[in-house]
Amino acid sequence: MAAETMAAGGTEHAAQMAHVALTLADQLPVLQVLVPFLAAPLLVLIGSKRLAWPIAYGATTVAFVISILLLLRVIGGEVISYHLGGWAPPLGIEYRIDAANAFVLFLVTGIATVVMPYARVSIAREVPEQHTTLFYAIFLLCLTGQLGVTITGDAFNVFVFLEISSLATYALVASGAARDKRALTAAYDYLIMGTIGATFFVIGLGLLYMVTGTLNMADLAERLADQTGNRTVRAAFAFIIVGIGLKAAIYPLHLWLPNAYTYSPSAVTSFLASTSTKVAVYVLLRFMFSVFQPQYLFEVKTLEFIIIPLALLAMFAASIIAIFQTDLKRLLAYSSIAQIGYMLLGIGFLTQTGLTAAIVHLFNHGITKAALFMGVGAIVLRNGGSFMDRIAGAGKTMPWTSAAMVIGGMSLIGVPGTAGFVSKWVLVQGALEMGWWPVALLIVLSSLLAVIYVWRMVEAMYLMPPPKDVVAREAPLMMLVPIWIMAGSCIYFGLNTDLTMAAATSAAKGFMAGSAGMMLH
Amino acid sequence: MADLWADFIIGHVNYWLFTVLMMTGLYAVVAKGNFVKKIIGLNMFQSAVFMLYISMGKVDGGTAPIFPVDMKIDPATVYTNPLPSVLILTAIVVGIATTALALALIVRIREEFGTIEEDDILEMETAMAAEENRLHGQTMGGRA
Repeated sequence: MAAETMAAGGTEHAAQMAHVALTLADQLPVLQVLVPFLAAPLLVLIGSKRLAWPIAYGATTVAFVISILLLLRVIGGEVISYHLGGWAPPLGIEYRIDAANAFVLFLVTGIATVVMPYARVSIAREVPEQHTTLFYAIFLLCLTGQLGVTITGDAFNVFVFLEISSLATYALVASGAARDKRALTAAYDYLIMGTIGATFFVIGLGLLYMVTGTLNMADLAERLADQTGNRTVRAAFAFIIVGIGLKAAIYPLHLWLPNAYTYSPSAVTSFLASTSTKVAVYVLLRFMFSVFQPQYLFEVKTLEFIIIPLALLAMFAASIIAIFQTDLKRLLAYSSIAQIGYMLLGIGFLTQTGLTAAIVHLFNHGITKAALFMGVGAIVLRNGGSFMDRIAGAGKTMPWTSAAMVIGGMSLIGVPGTAGFVSKWVLVQGALEMGWWPVALLIVLSSLLAVIYVWRMVEAMYLMPPPKDVVAREAPLMMLVPIWIMAGSCIYFGLNTDLTMAAATSAAKGFMAGSAGMMLH
Repeated sequence: MADLWADFIIGHVNYWLFTVLMMTGLYAVVAKGNFVKKIIGLNMFQSAVFMLYISMGKVDGGTAPIFPVDMKIDPATVYTNPLPSVLILTAIVVGIATTALALALIVRIREEFGTIEEDDILEMETAMAAEENRLHGQTMGGRA
């Protein structure tokens, strides 16, 4: 295998160098996917319950370190192109890393690394003991799939990795069956809808391949540039948007999400809620802006007539549904659907500010939801349920967990000083830049709905007496530390926006440049 | 009229088959209440996509894309495009994995719920949710 960091246009030159530089640093793109991918079968082969967790944790940590190294290299706007097996694109499969996907890789591996220690205690309680080894193997496969989807520059590769992560996700959701048997039907529903979504995506790719004869994203972009009137391309665009939309839980396509999040084990919910839909949103961005062009989006008017109205609908409808939930996990699941609406709205602005808001919210919502779902998981562990009456009094019985959840809740609303504020601020700025002040008003109004459902959680935790059978016991340290790392990063990324804003702005710039962004430098 | 028949129907016969099979499969997924039947529909749906890809790679008069052992390739030979077939091999594997996982889930659902009919399961789940709301709503002073 050979890799090289190359300048666009210098492909021939780079191909000559292919077998010269073979240091570990050059192999980082493929190691990012390979480390968790190889660790998964290793766990099963070793088959030791004692070793399963350390190996899985080691693999996620290594992946996190790799993603940091990659992010540092590309944050300035450089593009890394890695050729698998030394086969140059468009014939070979290419991993292409720019600021946008390095940022998503950073989020996904970061969440996985924080969730892992949390999972040890939580999973021991919620998943039968004989399944723990397999559980960690599936978890790593899910991570592999998500990393692969994010890193690859080959359109068909996206589908394959998408299915790896999805298959793993169905199994992870179903592993909640020990706590509630509805996890099985939730996983089944998710499987049906996820497969339909993925198959739609493949149909779209097939149509694109018919028109262009290539599957490399950069190559596709180049050959699609003068095909704006082609009906096959339009059909392909529609299939791809709907297919990925199902995975991203865009508002009317979200039906699999609430049950899947409610009934899967707490650690799985924390991981999925903060990564899987975000990765899908990233794929949506990649196809809308890099493969198709921003100008193409103008011409087909998908954004004005479909994405923006649905985004606004999601922000309100899902928030209102969230307000009336008895189960805190389900409440947060509906809130996730609403938050995806904000990301779509940012995309819909089709300006650099809007895209920056979408990308930064993708990250900020990821850490916020991780903190909240991990908090709920801790309460499930101690109080035996995620219903509001089991949450009641947690402020007294579990003060540290509750405090972290309040911080997460504030970030969800967008209180200044938290991560959620940063992204909403940029989003409102984007709306005002376009002169769409009613939309800016709607963003603020829907945040007020978030105040209501977050307040329901806070009220239950601090103003209600704990149930009589609950003993005051704080969550174990192995869970409390990850929860506070996430709550802490909600505040850290709310005050220090250097990293997040720099990465998001750089990514948005690349996207707004269209396919030229893929060729940047 | 004859042109329409020749070009539009016969000329695009693979697309017609693809569309009909795809819609049949999707209909089965949506309309059938039996979980196994849904999976059969899902398989039909995926097979339709496989057909689309395979027919796409076919070159008129093209032969199987296999080079002779001595690697003496006759430039006059036309080969079918192998790439769509390769992609579909991958997609078939993915499809099999999905089907296997779905059937495994159905076995577990049968164990837990005692049925694989969607209507019966929905009824049970609604009852479970109503019971939960009664229990947890009341302890909250009826505010659920």
